[in-house]
Amino acid sequence: MTCFRINGREVSVDADDDTPLLWVIRDDIGLTGTKFGCGIGMCGACTVHVGGRATRSCSTRLADVEGAEVTTIEGLDPAGQHPVQKAWVGLQVPQCGYCQSGQIMQAVALINDFPAPSDADIDNVMAGNLCRCMTYVRIRAAIKAAAADMKGGATHV
Amino acid sequence: MFNPDKSAVAAPHPLSRRGFLVAAGAGGLAFGFAGLSRAAGDAAPPAATAPGFEPTLWFTVGADGIVTVNIIRAEMGQHVGTALARILAEELEADWAKVRIVHVDTDPKWGVMTTGGSWSVWQTWPLYSRAGAAGRIALIEGGARLLGTAPAACTARGGKVIAGGRSISYGDIVARGGLTRSFTPAELDKLPIKPVTERRLVGKPVAAMDIPDKTNGSAIYGIDAKVPGMVHARPVLPPTRYGAKVVSIDDAAAKAVKGYLQSFALDDPSGSVPGWVMVIATSTAAAIRAADLVKVAWSGGDGATVSEKTIQDRGRALIADPKAGGIVDTGGGDVEAALKTAKTRITATYTTASVLHFQLEPVNALAFEKDGVFEIHTGAQWQSLTLPVLAKALGRPETSIIMRTYRIGGGFGRRLNGDYAVPAALAAKALGKPVKMILTRADDVRFDSFRSPSVQTLRIGLDAQGRAVAMDHAASAGWPTQILAPGFLPKGTNGTPYDPFAINGADHWYAVGTQQVRAISNDVANSSFRPGWLRSVGPGWTNWAVESFIDEAAHAVQADPVAFRLAHLTGAGRNAGGGLTAVGGALRQAAVVRRAAELAGWGQKLPAGSGLGIATSFGQERDMPTWTACVAQVRVAPKTGEVTVEKLTLVVDAGTIVDPDSARAQVEGAALWGLSLALHEGTTFTNGQVADTNLDSYTPLRITDVPELVIEFTASDQPPVGLGEPATTVVAPAIANAIFAATGKRQRHLPIRPEAVLATV
Repeated sequence: MTCFRINGREVSVDADDDTPLLWVIRDDIGLTGTKFGCGIGMCGACTVHVGGRATRSCSTRLADVEGAEVTTIEGLDPAGQHPVQKAWVGLQVPQCGYCQSGQIMQAVALINDFPAPSDADIDNVMAGNLCRCMTYVRIRAAIKAAAADMKGGATHV
Repeated sequence: MFNPDKSAVAAPHPLSRRGFLVAAGAGGLAFGFAGLSRAAGDAAPPAATAPGFEPTLWFTVGADGIVTVNIIRAEMGQHVGTALARILAEELEADWAKVRIVHVDTDPKWGVMTTGGSWSVWQTWPLYSRAGAAGRIALIEGGARLLGTAPAACTARGGKVIAGGRSISYGDIVARGGLTRSFTPAELDKLPIKPVTERRLVGKPVAAMDIPDKTNGSAIYGIDAKVPGMVHARPVLPPTRYGAKVVSIDDAAAKAVKGYLQSFALDDPSGSVPGWVMVIATSTAAAIRAADLVKVAWSGGDGATVSEKTIQDRGRALIADPKAGGIVDTGGGDVEAALKTAKTRITATYTTASVLHFQLEPVNALAFEKDGVFEIHTGAQWQSLTLPVLAKALGRPETSIIMRTYRIGGGFGRRLNGDYAVPAALAAKALGKPVKMILTRADDVRFDSFRSPSVQTLRIGLDAQGRAVAMDHAASAGWPTQILAPGFLPKGTNGTPYDPFAINGADHWYAVGTQQVRAISNDVANSSFRPGWLRSVGPGWTNWAVESFIDEAAHAVQADPVAFRLAHLTGAGRNAGGGLTAVGGALRQAAVVRRAAELAGWGQKLPAGSGLGIATSFGQERDMPTWTACVAQVRVAPKTGEVTVEKLTLVVDAGTIVDPDSARAQVEGAALWGLSLALHEGTTFTNGQVADTNLDSYTPLRITDVPELVIEFTASDQPPVGLGEPATTVVAPAIANAIFAATGKRQRHLPIRPEAVLATV
C-alpha cells in the first residue's frame, strides 16, 4: 500500500511498487486529465507536479511518491482559473488539447522558476513537451501573458 | 474531381432526407441515446422530454430558447463545432449565447459521417446556412402570428422576432407551440444565403466552445472512456501488417504479473488485424506489462523482406513503364509530341520517405454489447467507413452497432481508418464483457497507416520565351483509398482507376500547354503495409514535386521564381475557375503569390548562406481550391548543413473566413506540420516494419525550432473552403527552394537532412 497526497487529498493505492504513477492517477484514482503519450518521458503529456516539481508521471514509479504531494491538472486551481489556464483560454491555445494538461503543468513550473521567462527559458523548459497540433506559437505567447499576469498579481499578496 | 463525401452536398436537396416539417412539441427527441453528449464531452443535452422545435435534423430550438446544433464532424483540434454552429446561427439570427453544440453518435439519419479532406466548413456551409434560414422563416411566421401581425412586418435578430417596438423570443414562440411550416425541397433550394453586409456572426471573433475543457482536464477523449466491469487489453502485434498467422502463445512469464488474466489470438473475418494476440488484464498497467512477457510465434508475414528501397525501386520501375497507372483528365493532348517542340526540356525525380501520423493519443477503443447493440467508444474520423468493417468483423448488421463520439487526441488522418476499433470489438465479443484496449506508443506506430514513401518524375518543356508548352507528372506511391475504400476510385482517361487522394495537387492551375498527370499505385507498398491518409494527403507529396520543379524550370530559363509563377497563372482555359467555390481560378492563386512575395520582402538582399524560397498551392482539390502561398526564409550552416527556418510568410485566400481565430490556428498548425515534414520527420520501412517507433528516434518539431510566422488571409466574399491542410503542402517546397537560393543546390528528397545538404554544398 502506497500513501501520498493528490490534489490535497490523502490516498492509499494497492498496486505494485513499480506501477507507473500515470496509470495509478488515471485508472486507480480516476483522474483522466493527465494523458498517456509516449510512455518514455519524452512527450510531456503526462506531466504532473510532485512536490511542486514538474514530473513525467509515465516514468515515475508509484513507490517513489510515497508521502509526496502530487498535483494534477484537475488540482491546479479549484475553478480551473489558474493564471496559466486563463492565459491558455484567452489566447485559445489548445487545438486537439491532448497534450495541453502537460503543457500547462510544465508552464506553471516554468513560471515558478522563471517569473519573467525569456524566449530561451521557454525553449529550454518547454522543449520536452511535444504538441502534435503544433500550437507552439500560442504556447509561447500564453506563457508570457500568464507570467505578466502573475507578476502583476504578486504585488497584491 | 471526385469526392467520396459529396453526397452531403451534391444530393439535390439534402434537407429533404427527412423533409422539413415544422412541428413544435415533436422535437427534442433527436438524442436517442442518453448520455451520449457527455461521452462526446459536450454540455448536457436538453432533457428528452422538453418540448422543442426541430425544423431539421441539424438543430433544435428549446422552449428555453436554447439552440442545440448537431455536429457530425469529429472535434480533433479544429474547433469545428463552433464554426459549423456559427454558420447555422448566422442565418437563424440566433442569440449566440444560447447556442450549444452536440457531437453526435453514429446514426443512419446523419448520412455520411467523415471528418477529413479539409471539407467540414466547405461542405456544411450551404447545408447549415439554409437550415438556419428555414428555421428563421418558420420562427418569424410563428412569431408574427403571436404578435398579431404579418411576417413581412417582422424581422429576426438575436433570438427574437421583432415587429416595431414589440418582440417575442424564440423560446417563447416554441413554448407556445403551433409551428407547422414545412418547406419543399425546391423552396429550400431557393433560400438565399445572407449578403456579407448582413453577417453578424460569420467572420467575427468568437470563443471556441471546446477550449475551456481542454485546459482543466475535463475534456473526455476515447482513451478516457470507461464502463463498469471492463477489462483492459493490449495487443501483441505480429511482425508484419498482413499475412502472419499465430502458431503458438506462451504466457507463462505473464502469469507473474498481478492482474494478468489471459491471452488469445483474434479471429478477424474483416482482415483488419491478422495475427493479433490480445492480452487481457484487470488494469492498463498490468496489460502493458503482461504483453511484454507474452511470447508469440507466427508463421508467414507479407512484406517481411520489403524495405523502403524495395518500395522506391518498384515506384521507379512503374514510372518507367508508360502503360502503368491512371491518366488524370487534365485536358488531353499528346504530351510527348508537345515536349519535342520545346526549346528547353528538363526532368527531375523527387522522393519522400515514410511519415508517421504520431497523433499523440495512441489509438484505443472500448467495446461491449448492451441490449442487443454493440457499442464502440472511440475517437473516429470516418465512422461510415468503419461501421461496415465492424459489421463484418462481428458478424452482425451495421444497424446493431453504434459508435459513440469522443474528443480526438489528434487525427491527422490516422482515425479515418478505424481499424483499431476491430480488435477491441472482437475481444469483447469473445469474452462477453466490456474490453478497453489501449495501444502503447510503439504499438500505435507499428500499427500506423503511415504515409507511403513516394517517387515522382516530372518533365517540362519550355519555348524560346521561357513559357511552358508541355508538362508530364508521374507519381507512384501506396494508395490509401485503393486499400481502404476501393469503391471511391474514379477511372482515368485511359480507363485505369486511380486514387484521387494520391494524386490531387499534380493537376495544378498553371498554364503549361499540353499536360499529362499519371497516378501509379505501388503494389509492393500496398501489400507490405496499410498506406494511410496523412494530413494534406496527396498534395503533401505532389505539391512538393510540382513546386520544387516549377522553381527548377524558372531557373532553367533564368526567370525569377515569382515572376515565372505569375506568368503561368493566367487564369485562362481550364484554369479560369468557376462553379460554386472556384470563382476566379488561377488569378486568385496569382494574387496570393504576389502578396506573399510582397509581405516577405521578395528580392531583398540576404547574407551569404541565407535565402528566400516561394511555393504555392491550390490546396486539396481543384473544386475546393484554397489559394495558398508561402515564402520561407532559411539560413544554411555551411559546416554542418543544418537548415534553420527563420521565417515563414503565408497568404491564404480561403473565401469567407467563418471563425477567424480558429482559421488562423489551423494555418499555424498546418504550416508547422509542413516544416516538421520538411526537416524533422521521416522514418524508414525496414523488413516489414517502420524503423522508428517512439520519440527517442522519431523527432517531430519542438518549440525550439519554431520560426517567426506571418499569416495573412485575403479578404473575400466567396464561399468558404478548407483550411486544415493546404498550408502543409507549401512549406517543404518553399524551404527547398530557399535552400537553393542560399546554396545553389537542389534538394529532391523529403525529409531534408543536414547530411544531404552538406553533401551538396
